[in-house]
Amino acid sequence: MITIVDYGLGNLGSIQNMFKHIGVKARIESDVDKIKSASKILLPGIGSFDTAMEKINKKGLKEVLHEKAIKEQIPVLGICLGMQLLTSSSEEGHLSGLGWIPGKTLTYKNQINKKIKIPHMGWNLVSKSSESELTQGFEDFEEVRFYFVHSYFVKVANEKNSILKTSYGVEFDSAIQKDNIYGAQFHPEKSHKFGMKIFKNFASI
Amino acid sequence: MLRTRIIPCLLLKDESLVKTINFKNYKYIGDPVNTVRIFNELEVDELMLLDIFASKENNSINFKILKEIANECFMPLSYGGNIKSIEDAKEIFKIGFEKVVINSNSFNNLKLIEDLSKYFGAQSIIGSIDVKNNFFGNRKIYSHHGTKKQSHDLVAWAKKLQRAGVGELIVTSIEKEGSWNGYDVDLINSITENVQVPVIANGGCGSIDHIVEVVEKANASACAIGSMVVFQKKGMGVLVKFLDPKIIKERLK
Repeated sequence: MITIVDYGLGNLGSIQNMFKHIGVKARIESDVDKIKSASKILLPGIGSFDTAMEKINKKGLKEVLHEKAIKEQIPVLGICLGMQLLTSSSEEGHLSGLGWIPGKTLTYKNQINKKIKIPHMGWNLVSKSSESELTQGFEDFEEVRFYFVHSYFVKVANEKNSILKTSYGVEFDSAIQKDNIYGAQFHPEKSHKFGMKIFKNFASI
Repeated sequence: MLRTRIIPCLLLKDESLVKTINFKNYKYIGDPVNTVRIFNELEVDELMLLDIFASKENNSINFKILKEIANECFMPLSYGGNIKSIEDAKEIFKIGFEKVVINSNSFNNLKLIEDLSKYFGAQSIIGSIDVKNNFFGNRKIYSHHGTKKQSHDLVAWAKKLQRAGVGELIVTSIEKEGSWNGYDVDLINSITENVQVPVIANGGCGSIDHIVEVVEKANASACAIGSMVVFQKKGMGVLVKFLDPKIIKERLK
């Protein structure tokens, strides 16, 4: 079953609501043993990079997540901060990330003109940078938009790991993938039919 | 490019949705859950729900309605109405809302905003300021659904809320609210010129022209709309609707 990892940060209720709406079973778990039996993992996250990594490290979740994602290679989807945690580091904090997808999480502050408001908050468009199971069927929509809220953004080291791009002052990777590991900077659970498409695609991988 | 958010702002009184004029004349609109379901089908950008009597009458938060709404809604949701503690906010976020709106309770307890912002992050906290002109044409801040006058200077208070950690401000003109004759552009501009956080304009929207005007002339980051999405036309019956997305796209570049 899809297991939404509860490490103390994130809007788990809305994520579960959307899975329920599209008829996909998903449970919320914080217990390491229960996470061990997951067939797919969803890593949510709202808050700061170091707080999230501290909580993941402290609860002994890092080891079980590593086992599931890297050894067993089950599908993993990180959302918002959960996607940023997939990179090796963030300019928001000092702790190391999970480092599963080569890349870095950078701050907007050094990148863009001062007139643009931070966080990047609201609906923005995405465009495909490479094909992925996660974004299948996007061509059926006239345009694809998602709801974003973030002050830091991801730049992958290898362009082939970028699957969607978005512009806000700079162009950044709004969705990423390496093998069985996926990340979305936006909030699918708050993005109407576009988000449902992402969740449906993830459910059928 | 980031789209300007257009946010239906729905008013809860007891268990019903109402619409007001100048914070008075409560007109029944309908059942909150059914109405919100329509907005979800219309795929609106975001939704704000304000329990307008909660602080004034010190009512407890109606978590049951919030839960029913969150189950139906797949867009960003904010709630305002007598939020007093981190515990209240925790419960609201757990249900599936991601922003809380704080107005009345910030005046005697600004620390509430500091605490909420530290705990949940500034992006989850919206500061709300209701404004009315006095007899001499000076802008005055009111709380408790327009019933309690506050002594703070408007711009100074907006800056204070920003410093305390709000991630957004919603600024409402009480005199314009429900009027259909446009936002108070000068009021919104006086705030956007003095704060860095995004400002949501509220009160008076009656057409797409008003939205374009307040975005272009006053740099509003988002526009809250009320009457326009719950009534057929000014003075006419209830009809839940939204602006044509094509027209929005054409007019808001």
